[in-house]
Order: sequence, then C-alpha cells, then structure tokens
Amino acid sequence: MSIIARNITKTFGAYTALNDVSLEVPAGKLVALLGPSGSGKTTLLRIIAGLEFSEPGSGRIKFHGEDVTDLPAGKRGVGFVFQHYALFRHMTVAQNIAFGLTVQPRRERQSKEAIAARVQELLKLIQLPELGSRYPAQLSGGQRQRVALARALAVQPKVLLLDEPFGALDAQVRKDLRRWLRHFQREIGVTTIFVTHDQEEALELADEVVVMNNAKIEQVGTPQEVYDRPASPFVIEFLGNVNRFAGLGHRLPGAGQDVIYVRPHDVDILREYHGQHGIRVSVQHVFSAGNYGRIALVRADNGETIDAEISRVRLAELKLAAGDEAFVVFRHIRLFPSGAFSERDVSTDDARAAVVDPGRDI
Amino acid sequence: MASSVVSSLQHAAAAGHRPLATRDADWVRYTLTAVALGFLALFLLLPLVAVFAEAFRRGIGAYFTALNDPDGMHALKLTLLTAAIAVPANLVFGVSAAWCIAKFNFPGKSLLITLIDLPFAVSPVISGLIFVLLFGAQGWLGHYLDAENPALPWLQAWLIEQDFKVIFAVPGIVLATVFVTFPFIARELIPLMQTQGNDEEYAAITLGASGWQTFWRVTLPNIKWGLFYGVILCNARAMGEFGAVSVVSGHIRGQTNTLPLHVEILYNEYQFVAAFAAASILALLALVTLVLKSLVEWAHARRHAADAAS
Repeated sequence: MSIIARNITKTFGAYTALNDVSLEVPAGKLVALLGPSGSGKTTLLRIIAGLEFSEPGSGRIKFHGEDVTDLPAGKRGVGFVFQHYALFRHMTVAQNIAFGLTVQPRRERQSKEAIAARVQELLKLIQLPELGSRYPAQLSGGQRQRVALARALAVQPKVLLLDEPFGALDAQVRKDLRRWLRHFQREIGVTTIFVTHDQEEALELADEVVVMNNAKIEQVGTPQEVYDRPASPFVIEFLGNVNRFAGLGHRLPGAGQDVIYVRPHDVDILREYHGQHGIRVSVQHVFSAGNYGRIALVRADNGETIDAEISRVRLAELKLAAGDEAFVVFRHIRLFPSGAFSERDVSTDDARAAVVDPGRDI
Repeated sequence: MASSVVSSLQHAAAAGHRPLATRDADWVRYTLTAVALGFLALFLLLPLVAVFAEAFRRGIGAYFTALNDPDGMHALKLTLLTAAIAVPANLVFGVSAAWCIAKFNFPGKSLLITLIDLPFAVSPVISGLIFVLLFGAQGWLGHYLDAENPALPWLQAWLIEQDFKVIFAVPGIVLATVFVTFPFIARELIPLMQTQGNDEEYAAITLGASGWQTFWRVTLPNIKWGLFYGVILCNARAMGEFGAVSVVSGHIRGQTNTLPLHVEILYNEYQFVAAFAAASILALLALVTLVLKSLVEWAHARRHAADAAS
C-alpha cells in the first residue's frame, strides 16, 4: 500500500509546521522521517494518520491511489503507535490489543473466540505470550512499546505509523527493539513510516530516509545516499559528526559563505609531512575507548579544532599522545558553494587547497 | 561520592531517623502539633460534639419525638429530592464542560472556565436573588405568566392551569442548588483530564472507535475516581446549601423547607432540641459523605500503590 502526501501545508497560529511538503512512500517500505524537533516530522505523520488536518484547500493524502484526505482517522486503516504508547491504562494487555476488534460495528465484529484467538496470536508475535492479563503499568517500556504495536496491528492496518517509537527507551532495549522491528516489518510487509530525531536509528533501520528541517523536506534517499551524497549543509551536519571549514568565498566581497565539510573518518593522521595539502596540527586529546580512536586536533596556523576517527590498529601504530605534532590529510571532502560559485567552478582540489591555506588567493 | 550519599540516606531512612539538619527542635515540633490539634478541636470537633450533645440533652426519647415531626420529615425528603436532582444534573454538566475544556481548543475557552467558577465567586444569597429576579412574578421570565399577549398562548394557559411556580416552590430550590453546586464536578475533572492528555482518545479513534465508544470505554474509565470524588463533594454541598435556597424557598413549612432551613426556623422558635435533632441528621449525612470520600481516596491510593509497586 503506497502512501502519497502532496502539497501539505500546516500552520499553528503564526507558526508554520509544514510548508508545501510532498512525499511518496512506495508500498512495503520502511521509511524514516528524520529531523530535529520542530522540523514538522510529527505533524506530517499525524496528518497522514488523520489526527491533524492540513490547511483547508491545501494538500491531498492518498493510500494506494485512493484519496483519503477527507476520511477520519478511524476509517483510513492506519495503525498508529504513539511516542508514549498511549495504552489504555485501565485495560489489561489483552483488552488493549483486542480494543480495535471489539469496537467494530456489530455485524462486522468477529466472535469473542475469534478475537481471543487473534489476541493470542499477536501476543506470540510480540513475544509476550504470558502477559495478556497484566496491566500496562506492570510492564517495562520495551514491553509497552510492543503491546502498542500489537494493538495497532490487530485491526490489520494498511499502513503503520510510528511516532518516535524508541524515544523513551534506554540504549540497550532500543537497540534490541530496533532490530526486532526491522525483522518484523520485513516479515509482515506493511508500509511503515516512523518519526525519529536520531540519525543513527534512521540510517540503520530505514529503507529510505526523509530528512526534514524547518517545515520542509531537505532530502529523500536511501541511508547510503543521504549519508554519502547529502543535498545540503543541513543534511551533512545533521547526519553525524563533521568538521566544517570556511571555503573560498569568505574573502570575496559580497559573496556568501561557502563551506567545506570533512567527516572525521575521512581525516587521516600522519606523523610526517608528505607533501601537498597536509595541515600541521597538534594533538589535543586522544579518546581510545570505543570501536575506533577519536582524536581531537588543533591546527597550528589558526587554532581551529579538527576531529578525526581512525581505527584502533592505526591509532596503535601512530602512538599519538596529547601535545604531539602531526599532519592531517583529507581522503574525501564535501563542498557546498555559496551563490558566488557553482560546484563546477571549484574543484575538489581547489577546496582541499583552500582548507590547507585559508589565506590563498584564487 | 553520589552513591555513598544515597546509601547513607538509605541507611538513615532504614533506621527510621532523619539527619539532624532536617529536624526541628523538639519544643518546636510539639508546639506546632499542639496548636494544629487545638485548632482542629476548637473549630471542627467541638461544634460537632455540641450538635449531638444539644440534640440528646432531653434524652433519646425527646430526640426521636422531635425527629418524628411531619414538617421535619418533609424537609428531609425535600433535601434528598433536591440532591437527587442537582447531583445527576451537575454530573452531566460537569463532565461535558470538563471534557470540552480539557480536550479541545476553542475561542472563548477561558471565558467558559471563568463562568464555571462564578458560583464559587458570588455569595449564595446573590445567587438566590438572581433566580428571584429571573423567575419571580415580576421577573424577566416569571413575568410571562401574567403577560397579556404571550408568545405561546397554549403554553401560558397550560402553565397557569398546572399552577406552575419556580420561586417559593420546589423548582426554584432545585435551580438554586444546581447553580451553587455547579463547579464541584467540573473543577475536579478539568485538571485531571488535562494531565491525562488526549493520546488515549486519539489511539482509540485510530483503532476505529466512534466518539461515543471512545468516551464510554476510554475517557470515562480514566476519570471515574475523580468523578466519584466530585459527586461526593457536590452532594455534600447540595444537601447543606442554605443561602441561595433560603432566598428562593419562601420558608413554607411542609412545602418548601429544606433541612438547613428547617433547622433555622426551629432554632428561631427556641425549639432547641428539635433544631439540634434536625441538625444532627444533617451532620450525619455529612459524616457519611466524609466516610465515603475517605473510602474513595483509600481505594484510589491503594490502586496507585499497587501500580507503582509492580
């Protein structure tokens, strides 16, 4: 079941939550809406669910080609999982899961036995077969999350919408549940959109990532696309750590600031100077706990800090210590030209040189 | 460091005494406790004892003779009837008002919240006067019965035939009581519903529940303890209301006297035993209400503790 949202605008008073946003989600995909808080991602999810409505006259929502813009949430066939689960606190787990089945009109409603059987089946699916008679308050966060998911799935929704599904869980549970959700979504194949502000979560879990900022979509693509070919400075800064350098344009009158980005794992550290484009630095701090070594470096010429990530093997070879002198080279850089340049005017080599020598003329 | 502080606190708590720095001197604690208890005894306990002491001054026989007075019995019935109408009416009003205010945003919301508080803000006597002005024979609405060219002649004829009166009759007493007790249930529910938020209702709606199903199966069960508490308070006030009812009732014995009014009349006639006997009934009703309230709170706290413990 594909999802199409077209030209969605939503304002709350003077505040614009969504500014003419369009989005297409192919059937069966797991898509992440990623962005900082206030970027409009939750509002978009709620509009797709029918819990909010876009500005009158603006925007359409289609599920599998069928226009559902004017349908209320209950008729759209969506399963919605809330950030804080919103389990019915006065009902047992089994009653929670059965809720969607028991509120159906009498002639469509399944028999009591059929509902009970379906609840058991879902409890098994979420790996909590023994907990049907517990109350939500008696469950852990991860268990509540799974119950909320089972409750949403009981009515066999056409699309599944998850609002910050792992936001309130601790790191270990989050990781397990993430893996479980991915496996689970592949298995049942329901088109799923989830909202998150955690880039790691989005990149690890989603088939496609929709990066949002300031009521707009910045970029849509596979995790690899958005990570390797970010469409804007915002995307590269939001998706993980990055070193930022002023580019060529900052010395030209009237030109905007163009910027050059280098990911810490694209920074290599050398003990000795190897010719072109090496920058002299001193080692400020070495963090060696973790999967890789992280090194904070300070440029000798202008005092800017550069973060580098290198493998632990390499770190052991280099034997770096705070205060040591070293040289860095960039394996890969990313340039976002200002208005004064187009990407063609500036070669990667120029950019590399610009970082090395900020005072250089062009 | 932090963990050692925590563990030393736990030790102190386990041993049942708190660190000296958070404890006041003995004489301060005992004086404060004595002042509080003395105040309670003087202003709450003593009057209650006095009511029963006065009621039983001439013995149990006199007490029951006084109670068996037909006017007194009528006043008791009228009081119960008034509460029986006012409380369900305010139950419906209060729940709908709280539901509107807590779950929706609309223009004029703060005005509505202020209006709900109005009965608390104005003196009950003024409340009574408002109804006299509205429904009295010369009042804005009461004038209808004497109008020469009424809007609906058949309605006027029917009302006159029924000898329908609001002021100095039971409808006026009920109206005044409903007005005065209006805030109790709404005020109890609004903060509760606001803290609970709308997520559970939204969840129910996405699962296909209708508005009605959502209300009965999700909203109402979540507020039932608060609602019960509000009903108890509302009931206590409905049975005890004096000021507003006094203005609209007309004090007709055996017809428009509620129990509080009956007590006043008897007292003014120097029938002290009868007055205090009637007052003791009111006090008993109040005590029953308080016991019910404590039971509700206790049951509620126990449920919470069970939730928290698991």
